[in-house]
Amino acid sequence: MTTKSSSDLRPDLAAIAAHVNPDSRVLDIGCGDGDLMGVLEAEKGCDARGLELDAALVGRCVARGLSVVQGDANTDLANYPDKAFDYAILSQTLQTATRPDLMLDELLRVGRRAFVSFPNFAHWRTRTALLLGGRMPVTRALPVSWYATDNIHHVTVDDFRDLANAKRAQIERAWFFADERAIGPFGANWRAEFAVFELSR
Amino acid sequence: MNTASASNTHTISALPLDSGQLLENAQIAYETYGEPNSDASNAILICHALTGDQYVASTHPITGKPGWWERMVGQGKPIDTDRFYVICANVIGSCMGSSGPAAIGPDNKPYAMRFPVITVRDMVRGLVALLDGLEIAQLHTVVGGSMGGMQALSLAANWPDRAARVLVIASTARHSAQNIAFHEVGRQAIMADPAWSDGDYYASGVSPDNGLAVARMAAHITYLSEEGLTAKFGRRLQDRSSKSFGFDADFQVESYLRYQGSGFTQRFDANSYLYITRAMDYFDLAEEHGGKLADAFAGTSARFCLVSFDTDWLYPTAESRHIVHALNAAGAKVSFVELSAPNGHDSFLLEHDELGRVVRGFVA
Repeated sequence: MTTKSSSDLRPDLAAIAAHVNPDSRVLDIGCGDGDLMGVLEAEKGCDARGLELDAALVGRCVARGLSVVQGDANTDLANYPDKAFDYAILSQTLQTATRPDLMLDELLRVGRRAFVSFPNFAHWRTRTALLLGGRMPVTRALPVSWYATDNIHHVTVDDFRDLANAKRAQIERAWFFADERAIGPFGANWRAEFAVFELSR
Repeated sequence: MNTASASNTHTISALPLDSGQLLENAQIAYETYGEPNSDASNAILICHALTGDQYVASTHPITGKPGWWERMVGQGKPIDTDRFYVICANVIGSCMGSSGPAAIGPDNKPYAMRFPVITVRDMVRGLVALLDGLEIAQLHTVVGGSMGGMQALSLAANWPDRAARVLVIASTARHSAQNIAFHEVGRQAIMADPAWSDGDYYASGVSPDNGLAVARMAAHITYLSEEGLTAKFGRRLQDRSSKSFGFDADFQVESYLRYQGSGFTQRFDANSYLYITRAMDYFDLAEEHGGKLADAFAGTSARFCLVSFDTDWLYPTAESRHIVHALNAAGAKVSFVELSAPNGHDSFLLEHDELGRVVRGFVA
């Protein structure tokens, strides 16, 4: 299987890949088919491990030589020792967690730092869809209807900042994206379709 | 049962055992497939299960059936013999050419129950001695399903430099009470057969086939799943249109189990069944390492891959996860996947595309 390079990654993953220190130990939670892990191992010399719920995706990761464990991030992070990793990465998974607040605690327990990316529910397109349409938004960033979506805990940029504060997590850096491009932090709660936060505690 | 003429045999002058005894002139019968490269770094050791043998990818000399894992091992197969040098050896205690209770002891009589009780680690010690003989310093991969997986784990824990990759399928790090219970039923069936004669039956010409067949029937149920049995047999009757109001094999499932039981006695020694099930029951990798499974893998640099099947109730997914957690705690590189399959524990021996992909990818 061909390994993607960092330039082929989804923008939030590319931002994470660009800011992980070389030679780190990384846990990618909800690693999918392992694109980010592959880049971190190939381009950053990282020791990357993955956790993924979907058996078929785990199979693909194993087939490309990645170390990925099939499991549920809601329960299985408890099996990792404290500070086992330099980074714990949670990309586009927080909003699917049973308890995002507890998952954030676990991220900052197993990793010295955490990267969290999520779709911003307060993006103007979502707001407009709800305000004018009066129905749960189905947008580019949130393409699945309310009854079928895995996103059971929608979150906004400002909500996430509040949660980080409540958890006494330090926001080290943040990146915002709209239309597949990076945008500045100004008005991010309106303007960003996706956000990436780097946290420490 | 018949005695097979083994293809290759490696002799170990004295094999130390966990019991403290020495097994002198221990024989290890083995098969190889493919060719070693200059430093034999393409060597893959395949460890067989309880009633398996070295004929992983070649015709069984007694049954004439294809090798037990030809789906997985061969030219162009996931474990590709065009690329890998594959070794599969009969474990000590077994009966296909390696030293076991049916083998001739120092007094020119079969050991029978004088054969020392062995452990999974003893089996692996024998395999490591074979690797020494074959001048294989480090295996590319050690692979095993079921008891073979226990051997792979034991090799990784006790000889951590001998394998770069460890692939464990449908296995466990310890035998549970339920595992031991089923084995005890099998052993009691054998020992209750009058032909067993305290294990000293080799000269009599009569072996405890009835007991061994019952042991195999009981064990065979544990290798399948309720779903699989229902799909295959349901309540269908065997070659008859109504119940016989007797104790013939009215049901297809009865006929199938009887066939499995009697077929097994053609190729397996009852005493070997006692010794190997005992070794499996004694297996507890954590106990060997101070009670903490993670300590068994401390400092390992091998890559691990564990696979379980969702309908395997003999070594259920929780057992694999238990090993994965220990490997995580030890900081080892580990992959794990639970595959979906209808056929219970036996799924690892059957056609399974996803298993093939995982194995092919892991050894790539």
